[in-house]
Formats: sequence, C-alpha cells, structure tokens
Amino acid sequence: MPLQSLDITRRSATTTPSPSQRQTEEVAKLIDTTKCIGCKACQVACMEWNDTRDAIGDNHGVYDNPMDLTENSWTVMRYSEVETDRGLEWLIRKDGCMHCADPGCLKACPAPGAIVQYSNGIVDFHEENCIGCGYCIAGCPFNVPRLSKKDSKVYKCTLCSDRVAVGLEPACVKTCPTGAIVFGSKEDMAHHAEGRIADLKERGFANAGLYDPAGVGGTHVMYVLHHADQPELYHGLPKDPSISPLVSLWKGVTKPLALFGLGLTVLAGFFHYVTVGPKEVDEETESS
Amino acid sequence: MREKLIQRYTPPERANHWVVAIAFVLLALSGLALFHPSLYWLSSLFGGGPWMRILHPFIGVVLALSFVALALRLWRFNRMSKDDEQWLCQIGDVMRNRDSKLPEAGRYNAGQKLLFYVMVACVALLLLSGIVIWRPWFAGAFPLVMVRLGAVIHALSAFVLIAGIIVHIYAAILTKGSIHAMVRGTVPQAWARKHHPAWYREMTEGSNR
Repeated sequence: MPLQSLDITRRSATTTPSPSQRQTEEVAKLIDTTKCIGCKACQVACMEWNDTRDAIGDNHGVYDNPMDLTENSWTVMRYSEVETDRGLEWLIRKDGCMHCADPGCLKACPAPGAIVQYSNGIVDFHEENCIGCGYCIAGCPFNVPRLSKKDSKVYKCTLCSDRVAVGLEPACVKTCPTGAIVFGSKEDMAHHAEGRIADLKERGFANAGLYDPAGVGGTHVMYVLHHADQPELYHGLPKDPSISPLVSLWKGVTKPLALFGLGLTVLAGFFHYVTVGPKEVDEETESS
Repeated sequence: MREKLIQRYTPPERANHWVVAIAFVLLALSGLALFHPSLYWLSSLFGGGPWMRILHPFIGVVLALSFVALALRLWRFNRMSKDDEQWLCQIGDVMRNRDSKLPEAGRYNAGQKLLFYVMVACVALLLLSGIVIWRPWFAGAFPLVMVRLGAVIHALSAFVLIAGIIVHIYAAILTKGSIHAMVRGTVPQAWARKHHPAWYREMTEGSNR
C-alpha cells in the first residue's frame, strides 16, 4: 500500500537506497497460542478488512478450513493434535506471513518494488509491480506467499499496513475475542511475552517461550508457545528457519560476480581482436 | 579467376541455426533482466515485466526443440579425436593465431566441439530446470526445495551458456568468412584449406570440381 512512501528500508531488485528519510517505530504482532481458542474470528476479520473472499471448500473432517493459505486467505488457523508428556494436547496456531527482518521473499524477487520492507518492519507486496514469476514463493522460509490463479500475482498478509500506517492495529488483532493477538512496538510485545511466559512456566509449562527466530533476523509476527523447544508440534513451524542456502547462492554475491564475468568475457574478446587480430586467409600463401 | 566455393551449411541447417540464435538472444535478454536489477530495463523490450515472464518460457521451448534438431544434424561431426586433445593442449597457439602449428582440424575444430557439448549440456539443464520453475503451470507441482534448486541450476547453466555463446560469436567474428558460411552457406576453398584442412581434403578428394 503506498501510504508509507518515505519509510522504505528495503525494496526488491533495487541496488540504491530507497526513500527512507522517515524512521518509524518497529512494530510486532504477538500471537499467544496458549490463549487462542481457535474461533477463526481473525480469519474472518482479515477477509472483511481486506475484502477478499475464498471459494467455499470441502469438509476434510478437521477444523482447518481452508486447508491451506490461499491468495484470498492470508491467515489460517492450524490445528494439531499431539501427544506430549502432558498427554494429548490440541495446539492451535494462526498461520500467515511472519514479516521477517531478513525477508527471503524480498531477496528472491527480481521485480523492482514488487516487495518492500517498511522501517516499522512490515514486509509488503506491491502487486502492481509483481510480474508473477513466483520467486518469492521459493524464497520464503515459511511457505507463505500464494500465486493467484486469477491474475498471476502473489498475495499474503500485509500486517494491515494500511491500518498500521494510520495508527490502527491489524484487523485480526482488533477482533480477537480472547486477547490472544496483541499488537504494538516490537519492544513492548517482547516485554508482554515475557510476562506471559513467566505465567506459563509457573503453571507447569517449563518450556514455554517466545518464537522470534534469529535465523531470519527475528520476525515482526511472534508467537508465545507452550512448547517453544518443539515449535514443529505447531503444524510444522520450523525450529530454526533461515533463507535457504540455495536462495542465497542464487541471489547473493554470485549475481554481480557472474555479470562481471560476462562483461569481462566480452572485453577479453575485444582486446584479443585489437591486439592479436582476426584469423584471415592469407592471399599470398594460399596462391602459392 | 573466380574463387571456388564449398558448401558448408545447407539452407535447412542455416534456417535451423538462426531459429536457435534468435530464440537465444530473446532468452538471454529476458533472462538477464531477471538475473540482475541493473538489467531489468531489458524487460521493456518484451512489453514489460509480466509479458517478459509469460514469454520467456515459451521462447525457451522453441529454443529447446530447435536446438535438439540442430544438435542431431551436427552430432556426427562433433566426435572428439586424439588430434582434438592435442589441439586443446595448444590453446595458446590458437589464441596467438599460430594455426600452422596446430593439428589439422576436420569439419569442426576441438574448440567448436567442446563448445557443442557445453551447449548440449546447458540447454538440457535449462530445459529441465526451466520446467520446474515455470509458473503458473508446473512449479506448483514440485516441492519448494526442488524449485529453489531449479532456480540455481537455471541461473548457473544460463551463465555458462551465455559465456559460451559470447565465445561462439567472438570466434565467428575472429575467423573471417565464418559468418558468411552461416548466412549464405558457402566458404572459399582457401578458407577450408586454412581453417579445416582435414575437412577440405574430405570435400575435394576424388571430385576435382
């Protein structure tokens, strides 16, 4: 959303600084899985605010609906039945974009300005610049972006960047009936999480903790987990996510080096031609 | 006396070569636009980013099919021999135009043969990896790790191929008469005798035309 045009920290496929004169406070959404009741009000609020509508799906015999993130469902509830030392547990996690400090999608994107990161930490897709190549899907360590079948553009959670830009909280936060989702400065959210974790530990969740993975530079969507030592329990939340080394190889320093190499090859040819010269049939030796 | 000419490429061979060449140029320009931001402006040549993204893989299919046809036509001329190994060992003499010191080349010299195999390998890799990363049609059917691997292989083999084609084009500029051979199909006998002596003998032996 072009509401924040002066506070862009990073812009896809751009090698010069982006307009970043204005520095805004780093924000975060904190999702407390221990308070979540799986009501899906956040899913509904997301669709209401962003005015997206998913097709009515099929019943798969589980609560998950839709079964996966889509170009219209930017957040979905993931339900996991797991056996832990506490017996059978029903873990519910609100899935969606994590708004990484080091976003793999942005790194992979070849279209200038199709993905931007604001100084408040929100990673936003500008679909008008999207070319539909899907590189961001390959770049994301959380498997979040979804390519639309309708327009071949990629969509995901915006962290309601349009609401946040005018001082409102994201729609999912606004609607959550149990207060499982809170929003504020990243610092405040980390502090809030500390209190929650201390409370959980007191109540026997020895491994309760905050999910703010360092492998992607931290995230601007964080979780309070009862089992922070085993995030995989929560529908495969990666324990130590990072941008794939393949993506780093593909998009890292190799690129300018390769381009330099190609330029050098052309120059080598040119200078060979002007020094050694062409291979010509010598008329005199040939006629002899 | 009018110079005697030898046919080097038939009209179908030439047409096939230039189909591959045109497809390659279009693919290289659009591919480089996606490869590095400094070259993204090349996307304008294709009507903008989305059109470039749509067209690139289809042009790739054209290249792959026409390249297979060309490679099949030329395969039998590109078998490596003992002389070719010697030729490659004397690459310094090649670069300094001391061609008389080199082992006699046949229809193709060892450098051309080597480049032929590099192109075959690169096109094969580009086709396979290209299918894996082709959205919206095929990429969704592959696991993410394969799409990531496909993107790396695609970029790397494209880099090798582009570098190879720069060498190919330069060799054509360097060896006067080669471009005429691929445009009009013929070379002077003297050209053949100098650059491809073994082929020259093969072509002229028996038939003293």
